[in-house]
Amino acid sequence: MIDRDSIVTEDELHAYVDGELPAERRGAVESWLATHPDDAARVAAWRSQAELICARYGAVADEKPPQRLNVARLARSRRRGVAAMAAAAAIVAFLAGGVAGWFARGAEATSPSDLTRFTTDALDAYRLYVVEVRHPVEVPGDERPHLVQWLSKRVGSPVRAPELEKMGLKLVGGRLLPGPTGATAFFMYETPSGERFTLYCGHTSDQATALRYMAGDRNAAYYWVDDNLFYVLSGPAERDKLHAIAQAAYDQIDVRAPQQGG
Amino acid sequence: MGEFRVEIEAAIPALRRYARALTRDTETADDIVQDTLVRALRSEHLFHGGDARAWLYTILTNLNRNRLRTLSRRPVLTPIKDSDAATGGPEAGGRDIGRALDELAEEPRAALLLVVLEGLTYREVAEVQGVPIGTVMSRLARARMQIRSYLDGERPALRRVK
Repeated sequence: MIDRDSIVTEDELHAYVDGELPAERRGAVESWLATHPDDAARVAAWRSQAELICARYGAVADEKPPQRLNVARLARSRRRGVAAMAAAAAIVAFLAGGVAGWFARGAEATSPSDLTRFTTDALDAYRLYVVEVRHPVEVPGDERPHLVQWLSKRVGSPVRAPELEKMGLKLVGGRLLPGPTGATAFFMYETPSGERFTLYCGHTSDQATALRYMAGDRNAAYYWVDDNLFYVLSGPAERDKLHAIAQAAYDQIDVRAPQQGG
Repeated sequence: MGEFRVEIEAAIPALRRYARALTRDTETADDIVQDTLVRALRSEHLFHGGDARAWLYTILTNLNRNRLRTLSRRPVLTPIKDSDAATGGPEAGGRDIGRALDELAEEPRAALLLVVLEGLTYREVAEVQGVPIGTVMSRLARARMQIRSYLDGERPALRRVK
């Protein structure tokens, strides 16, 4: 009785159409619709949209999937063919990155816009490599000691690949990039569902800073300077999540004493 | 191990359906499904039980978002998709459901398709999209409102000839 007069929200109308409405609200929604023709028309329109969508695409699930989607075959070829294909893709991506990096080299490293240039470069690198499905890195993450040693040598200072497993991030691997001040280390991490984050690290003469934020179009970055090294952590533009990850990386890098274990 | 592959195998028809509606292009859709499968197989060791299907939807949704990110940095070339031109009846003026989906932004489109085509619950969609349920609800509302006005013949502002 009380339900009859209670206001029905738009969320409840959606839940009603999608079968997610709690049973005790059904009666209320139905009597609401009986007396509110505009809402009744909306609900009818939403139902017919769903029918049109299912009518158009539902039958795709009855088709026989093409051979290239055969799981056993994909699992086998993963070990053989993909490596060659991925290597080719990586060369193209690396050349593109190198050229972009070369043109990004401009004035000397002492200009006050260093921070901006580093961060913009890092975001460009992020956007370039984040879409690489099969071979986004030069050295894979399971060769972490070799990767870190190689990049430290090329950058000319000890760089670190922070351990972010606790944040649900696995180290995919890394690569060397040309940056505004020379050789730059680039590490890529990803979540089990494929969201990617990258850490970019190169030399700077700027003073140490705290974490700072820069938002791009759909991506964003936190950057900081520590011990003459510039760091940029880039990822999808979800500030809280990005901040938590950047903070974890910052804390690990900030601790100068070498950590044992993870 | 074996069981995981069986689950993946069983999900392929639904993944193809979702990808087809999402991209509206058979080849592109199967490319994304293939990348999804490759990625899932590669991460097989990371998967410890749970709902493989929801996980696959998550990967596919992310890959499609990555794809659109790349596309948005290229010159806009709009391929002719499906066989809309042939199937759009005169009474609809070519405004069919496929074109209506094309008009939507990526996130609302994915939310709507996951609910009405794939039958995921709001909670599952929230997990796939990595957002709170309230955000899923507003994406759903936006998608439905836009489709309705599109099918009703309100031309989107961009197409209006002054």
